[in-house]
Amino acid sequence: MTALHSQTPPDLSGRNLSFGRALANRTATIAIGLCVVIAALPLALVVWQVVSKGASAWSLEWFTAEIPRNYRTEGPGMGPAIVGTLAITGMAALLSIPVGVLGAVYLNEYGKNKPLARFIRTMSDVMTGVPSIMMGLFIYVGYVIVIDDQNGFAGALALACLMLPIVIRSTEEMLRLVPDELRQASSGLGARKWRTTMGVVLPAASSGITSGSLLAVARAAGETAPIIIVVGLFYGYRPDLFDGSNTTLAAQIFRNASQPFAASQERAWGAALTLIAIVFVFTILSRIVAARFAIDKR
Amino acid sequence: MDLGGEARSRRTDKGFTGLVTFAGLTVLIVLGLILATTSVQAWPAIAQDPVQFVTGSRWSPSDEVFGTLSFLYGTLVTSVIGMIIAVPVSIGIALFITEVAHRRSRKYIVTVIDLLATVPSVVFGLVGSLVVVPWITPAYQWFADLVEPIPGLSTVFDQTNTGRNYFTAGLILAVMCIPIITSISREVFATVPEIDKQGAYALGATRWEMIKGAILPHSFGGLVGASMLGLGRAMGETIAVSLVIGGAVGMSANVFAPGNTMAAVIAQQWGEAGDLHRDALIGIGVLLFAITVLINFLARVVVRRAEIQMKGAHS
Repeated sequence: MTALHSQTPPDLSGRNLSFGRALANRTATIAIGLCVVIAALPLALVVWQVVSKGASAWSLEWFTAEIPRNYRTEGPGMGPAIVGTLAITGMAALLSIPVGVLGAVYLNEYGKNKPLARFIRTMSDVMTGVPSIMMGLFIYVGYVIVIDDQNGFAGALALACLMLPIVIRSTEEMLRLVPDELRQASSGLGARKWRTTMGVVLPAASSGITSGSLLAVARAAGETAPIIIVVGLFYGYRPDLFDGSNTTLAAQIFRNASQPFAASQERAWGAALTLIAIVFVFTILSRIVAARFAIDKR
Repeated sequence: MDLGGEARSRRTDKGFTGLVTFAGLTVLIVLGLILATTSVQAWPAIAQDPVQFVTGSRWSPSDEVFGTLSFLYGTLVTSVIGMIIAVPVSIGIALFITEVAHRRSRKYIVTVIDLLATVPSVVFGLVGSLVVVPWITPAYQWFADLVEPIPGLSTVFDQTNTGRNYFTAGLILAVMCIPIITSISREVFATVPEIDKQGAYALGATRWEMIKGAILPHSFGGLVGASMLGLGRAMGETIAVSLVIGGAVGMSANVFAPGNTMAAVIAQQWGEAGDLHRDALIGIGVLLFAITVLINFLARVVVRRAEIQMKGAHS
């Protein structure tokens, strides 16, 4: 009959597939879709559990009171851990972001495809894969043993080591998006390279750099392993990072979660909710900055 | 003519070049320092018996006997379990995002995966140890009963009385590695030439046949690299694992048995460790560092080579 109606095109829609091929295609599509569900489930579980169990711990006192020393003592108090988290992470950002941005400037503006730059690029990728606990052990040996005291600054140093490669790689990606015409226009006006870099290239990429750095901060704020190695344990407020042992939310979650007592576990849930809220705020900020001030991708 | 200013400006330029070069070098300096300082510090504990440190399975700090084999074993078992789960799921998600999802739903899925990546590992550990462990223990017992008559399987999935074991740790590692494997897999899939995909469709392939015939063969190298990056991440994960692994010294073929991993044992024992014990824990760190750096380095090389190959073939 196709011979009679040769003008009508053959039916190429899926209906004509053989049963076996259609089944394979359908099965594969469902399996692929299931993978997304499998990944979404743990996220949903974590959010549901942390919000439902952590919310009851929140109160005004929760954010201000000192941490109870005894695991069995009921009641609130994570103020010092919140301050410790913000202070240690903030100090880590101060240490790592300038070095990371300048390092990225070297990679993208100076080193480019030189062997040294390529090596540094590979090694900073490798460094992002170094286990975070290793940064803690490194700072323990290189700083804590030397000054013979655990303190918040040691934690900041360890987190800075962790953030450095992330900042470098994300900044480099952003610098790469800055159009070459800007650099040429600047040097055409007689600016030296450092002026071009500081006055034109970095400002043009500033939103991307900020966004990437905020993400690095968010990741560092939740780190636990290096903190328990170098920061020690403390229950009260210690805004001075050089003044002995300190504490963070992540360290408190770890400490309280490993105890069998209901009171400490409740504090762990509350601290988890607080930590997730902080990390979430940084992540959202990073997205807003990235979306609002994005440079044209050419 | 302001020659003084000219000279100063040139000096500034030189100084700036030096400054940024040094900033770039800090990565190498820090990596070198990590290896050097920790190795030196760990040496007293390792030097007692360097061979025994790697091949010995007895870990008894009070007798100053440090053999890390059982932790090496735990690291291997948990990360392999994690990878067996995470790699297919991540590849599936990456395929869903690149090939199946509509533009709008794609954004939501990417957000979900990004959010999964931002959850701190200690929170996974908290949910794992206080929620998942009590839930999942009966499931383990049920499964062990089920495979009881089958030799081989009954050794790997043997009876258990605790949910804190290799398998739970592997499950959590899988969840934590999904974001990184997914994002690298997406990058790899993005390098598959559009013309190959359209060509497959033009030949009448279904979507699955197109994926099988055009995307997967093209991406194989890159996917291997992505999985290795995930493996590196899994081996170094500390806190979440230490909360759900059970903290036992020993090697069991039963994945439902408690054990320990290299990273987790450092976090667990650090607080109460004496001097030599700490040095030994740092020694475990050095070993872990060497392994993860090697895996990461190889993974990056594999990914980059795969990318170059594909772009080269296309242009």
